[in-house]
Amino acid sequence: MSDTRRVQVTVNGHRHELTVSARRTLADMLRHDLGYTGTHLGCEHGICGACTVLLDGAPVRSCLMFGVQADGCEVGTVEGLAEGGQLSDLQQAFSDHHALQCGFCTPGFLMLAEAYLAECLARDAAGPGPSEPEVRELVAANLCRCTGYQGIIDAVLATAMARLAAADGQAGTAQADGPARADSQ
Amino acid sequence: MSTPAVSPPTPAGHVPGRGWVGAAVRRKEDRRMLLGRARFTGDFVRAGMLHAAFARSPLAAARVAAVDVSAALAMPGVAGAFTGADLGSPYLLAVLERPEFTATRMPVLAGDEVRFVGEPVAIVVTDDPYVAEDAAEAVAVEWQPVPVIADMHSATRDGARQVHAGLVNNCMVDLTMFADDRLDGVFASAPVVVCGEFASARVAALPMEGRACLAEWDERDGQLVLHMSTQVPHQARSAVAQALGIAEQAVRVIAPDVGGGFGLKCVVGREEIAVAAAALRLQRPVQWVEDRQENLTASFHGHEQRYDVRAAFGADGMILGLAADISCDVGAYSAFPFTCAVEPLMACTELPGVYKVPAYAARGRAIATNKPPTAPYRGVSRPQIVLVMERLMEKAAAELGMDPLEIRRRNLIGNEEFPYLGVNGITYDEGSYRESLDLAEKRVARSGWPGERDQLRASGTRAGIGYSCFSERTAYGTTTMSLRRMRMTPGYDVALVRMDPSGEVIVTTGTFSHGQGHETTFAQIVADRLGVHPEQVRLRQGDTDLAAYGWGTWGSRSIVVGGGAAFRAAEAVADHLRQVAAHLLEASAADVELAEGAARVRGDPAAALAISEISRIVHFQAHLLPEPLRYGLEARRSYDPPGTFSNACHAAMVTIEPGTFQVRLHRYLVVEDCGVVINPLVVEGQVRGGVTQGAAAALYERVLYDADGQPRSATLMDYLAPTASEICGIDIEHLETPSAHSETGAKGMGEGGTIGAPAAVLNAINDALADVRVSFDHIPVLPAEICEALASEGPA
Repeated sequence: MSDTRRVQVTVNGHRHELTVSARRTLADMLRHDLGYTGTHLGCEHGICGACTVLLDGAPVRSCLMFGVQADGCEVGTVEGLAEGGQLSDLQQAFSDHHALQCGFCTPGFLMLAEAYLAECLARDAAGPGPSEPEVRELVAANLCRCTGYQGIIDAVLATAMARLAAADGQAGTAQADGPARADSQ
Repeated sequence: MSTPAVSPPTPAGHVPGRGWVGAAVRRKEDRRMLLGRARFTGDFVRAGMLHAAFARSPLAAARVAAVDVSAALAMPGVAGAFTGADLGSPYLLAVLERPEFTATRMPVLAGDEVRFVGEPVAIVVTDDPYVAEDAAEAVAVEWQPVPVIADMHSATRDGARQVHAGLVNNCMVDLTMFADDRLDGVFASAPVVVCGEFASARVAALPMEGRACLAEWDERDGQLVLHMSTQVPHQARSAVAQALGIAEQAVRVIAPDVGGGFGLKCVVGREEIAVAAAALRLQRPVQWVEDRQENLTASFHGHEQRYDVRAAFGADGMILGLAADISCDVGAYSAFPFTCAVEPLMACTELPGVYKVPAYAARGRAIATNKPPTAPYRGVSRPQIVLVMERLMEKAAAELGMDPLEIRRRNLIGNEEFPYLGVNGITYDEGSYRESLDLAEKRVARSGWPGERDQLRASGTRAGIGYSCFSERTAYGTTTMSLRRMRMTPGYDVALVRMDPSGEVIVTTGTFSHGQGHETTFAQIVADRLGVHPEQVRLRQGDTDLAAYGWGTWGSRSIVVGGGAAFRAAEAVADHLRQVAAHLLEASAADVELAEGAARVRGDPAAALAISEISRIVHFQAHLLPEPLRYGLEARRSYDPPGTFSNACHAAMVTIEPGTFQVRLHRYLVVEDCGVVINPLVVEGQVRGGVTQGAAAALYERVLYDADGQPRSATLMDYLAPTASEICGIDIEHLETPSAHSETGAKGMGEGGTIGAPAAVLNAINDALADVRVSFDHIPVLPAEICEALASEGPA
């Protein structure tokens, strides 16, 4: 099809420039034009969420977007979660809680959870924290046919609690360090 | 912020000296999947690869007067467009060697007739998957509609059109498997006779990855190489070879990572064969990835069944006789290799289940309709037969004024009665049928379910508790399977265990994990035999050229049959290692122990050799060993058990939302016994996933067709698969009755969750409606039905 567009997109910090057909979905562009095959397609009509990626930090169904709509955007995919081949805390929690079986829906759940975890950390500390009902509702955004969801919910909740505890610890350290640094000046 | 309770993960470590079997070892599969580096069929790319799409029938029943692919061929980038005739009219033929069975061909591409909406009539192949769909739409077909057989009622009506020429009453198979002259007398004299009609809707297996394949001709090997999302690589190879008339050795099927199957992929579809044929014609790689609409309308369904049942009970609640007439809507074709008889055969044979039925008769039919064919979807008739028996128990208890759990307890096969020979000719091996019910009842009481139900009721919310007791026959071996008389009779499996010179282990099996975690569990089994770490054991599977021959993964067979074969092969290699160690350490082989990476002589702590050192010597310094101990460390073993029954008791508590009449799962408990648990993480994952599918079949899922045979559930907005919001936490208790019919003591358990859940949920719904006359004997039970029933019936 001759109706093509030039697209610039940053995926997991890597800048790409390519020409895509106007009707190419973001999912197909990521998978077939750029080789990020970790993003999977389970329904291509926006229900199952297997294709969930982060677009400028927000979770989106990449099957419901055209590649051209990502022009100038930062895209996060499952391939960007681990550093140096080391599973992230969330990925490790998925394994520890047996949150995956066939693994096909897993990348979508990981990206969905990443957005949620970022939102948890950005919340006002005085407000409500993560809870099982809240995480269950989040996880209900996507479909998994193997696990019955319990492992996914446990993994996301455990990671949220661990990240919040780590952030609290750092905040505590920073406060404690504050006066000490001031004193030393 | 409040801190929610986070369930801690099951501790992973194994206890030294106790081996790896039983430990919650983290899955070896997880890493690549979590990194996005798993490889599913749609992820593979080849130079010059083409993409396939199918022109499909928009009608449920029609003569095909003409197919014109010229407009499609004229489109840019289209490399080929073929009808069935263009490809030599290939077909698949699944055969049951029974006189009651009528064999029917499933053409790879429909010839002069189409039999369901979505049936493929032509394949188009292009260099762009988007253009492929355009080109498929450009295929022009002249249809001549014929009357549609949309359901079993119209299929069996007098004068009904036959879906295939040669059928009578559209019956593909009519089995009278059990008959008993005494039954008439039993029913005539029984204190209580309970009659019922039970039904379950057509459902979709719905693996998150649909079907997919990539076919290419490898000139160097002279082979058609087919990457394919399948549960049965070797049987897929047979299907391709038979349909295309080529030798099996000229076909190599490779199943890479497979995104779920649930039985949908243990049969072979026509699309994969058409893609293979197109690749052969064009001598170019061709890929096809099914989309969700195709998956919901043009692959395989299951579980559309009706039961007319009579059961006689004594005044003491003992069941005296059981007679069933079972009809399965199997759609338009018989799936390869199992045939369309798989549902009626299973239903007739196993209906009595966990109960002692003294007299039994059953007739089972597979009825052809203008709908997609059926595959052995998870559970295969057992969700239905358990539903039937558990409803019968409830009905009989109500008639007799007995406690519904007590009537079950009286009829359940007791511990002292194993091995129990059933009226159905099946020998049940040891289980914990009564124990699991007792434990479930105790747990339900201890957790306060009844009190909570009463509180909910007092506050105006309908709530109910339901139970189901069942066993799951698993790991059917060849002899057991041969009773079905399939031309292709599965059952056994083969494993090869090989130690490399560095002491690492490669295992190949004919089973094929697609979510069940065999790379981990098989490694645990083999590691214990060889005294190595599971990380040192690698499973190769899913490649017909590399892996041992076998029957794939379905029927809850793999850990018992494949795992048993791997156990035996590993034990043979362990024997070899012990003998080499004994020779080198000048000890008796009987005194050598393999553990923690070393061979040690019992009672002599100084006498030890690393297993890697033994393997190095066998491979690199064979001259140090006597002739019988030289030349490699490998063994091939088979395993062909008769089959073994796992069992469970499920308890469900549901609420019915006032106003919307939506049934919600409130609590769920599974007491399960699958013998030796190889890995509790995996077992509990199978239970939870299975319960979710089974509960959804009771509450939400149905594949719907209208009277014209048009699909009304072609998207996931219409076919309601459960999300996390529809499921509650599922508590699991384990009992462990090892099987003597299993090398490892383990029993299969891949389907139990799906088998037990519909009955437990349905009984819970009926308990929630206990104060009114209405009750339900079908699934799914939809909110509108409850609303209507309550409105029309009023309080009793």
